[in-house]
Amino acid sequence: MTIGIVVFPGSNCDRDVRWALEGCVGLPTRFLWHEERDLSGLDAVVIPGGFSYGDYLRCGAIARFAPVLELVRLFAEAGGAVLGICNGFQVLTEMGLLPGALTRNARLHFLCEPTPLSVKPGNCRWLTGYSEAEAIVLPIAHGEGRYQCERAQLAELEANGQVVLRYASNPNGSVGDVAGLTNAGGNVLGLMPHPERACDPLTGGLDGLRLLASLCN
Amino acid sequence: MLDPAGEATRAAAARLGVDGVRSLRIGKAIELELEAPDQTTAQAQLELLSDRLFANPVIENWQLELLEKAGEQQR
Repeated sequence: MTIGIVVFPGSNCDRDVRWALEGCVGLPTRFLWHEERDLSGLDAVVIPGGFSYGDYLRCGAIARFAPVLELVRLFAEAGGAVLGICNGFQVLTEMGLLPGALTRNARLHFLCEPTPLSVKPGNCRWLTGYSEAEAIVLPIAHGEGRYQCERAQLAELEANGQVVLRYASNPNGSVGDVAGLTNAGGNVLGLMPHPERACDPLTGGLDGLRLLASLCN
Repeated sequence: MLDPAGEATRAAAARLGVDGVRSLRIGKAIELELEAPDQTTAQAQLELLSDRLFANPVIENWQLELLEKAGEQQR
């Protein structure tokens, strides 16, 4: 099993994800430069956090056109496991693999803090290691994490069980306290918190480890 | 949709003593020069750019107007 990690100019959590997957979970990884056109041999793809292409125009707006993401889209549509963390979540919404958009935090501050969350795993392949309504803590670090979508869209996502992570005390003004969403197939997960920063007690708890390890199950 | 930067600026307007600002939103202006064989093509290309790149229709609205006198198009 090998996990691909997308690297854009401006990504800054790609090495953290590699450290967590290889060092803490024990899975081999391969970096996928944004111009990469070969995903062969990969069992999952992670789009890490950072500021892809400087986040110019809108977060994730330019990354959406990266050559590697054309293949990631096909991979996801064929049922492949895709995880978007923070900027990666923003990219997934810009690509249309997940609905809605992530906008400026309600009180404008960049938020960097441990955040209590509630997990509702449903059929999400990345959350098989968590129990229903489990309370966990993961760090957030974002200026644009306020999830927005139409009211009817949110109702549909909730009815389908696609709102798999919610903030226990909403820090950024997201509708429905949305911190993470999965697609209908459960193979794509986008979340603002950083599971890769919670894979070792020394760096902020262990609550993210089961998420990254879920593909071994 | 909440525009927190616009709201913060509106609050600052009140602190400056201008209380009548009922709403204030902050958007983007994009200036571009486009070469196209004719106006219809240019219009279609600008619509494509506006819908797929410049704006995210989930959270942003856009409109395209042709300003005849100025001889240029603006978002």
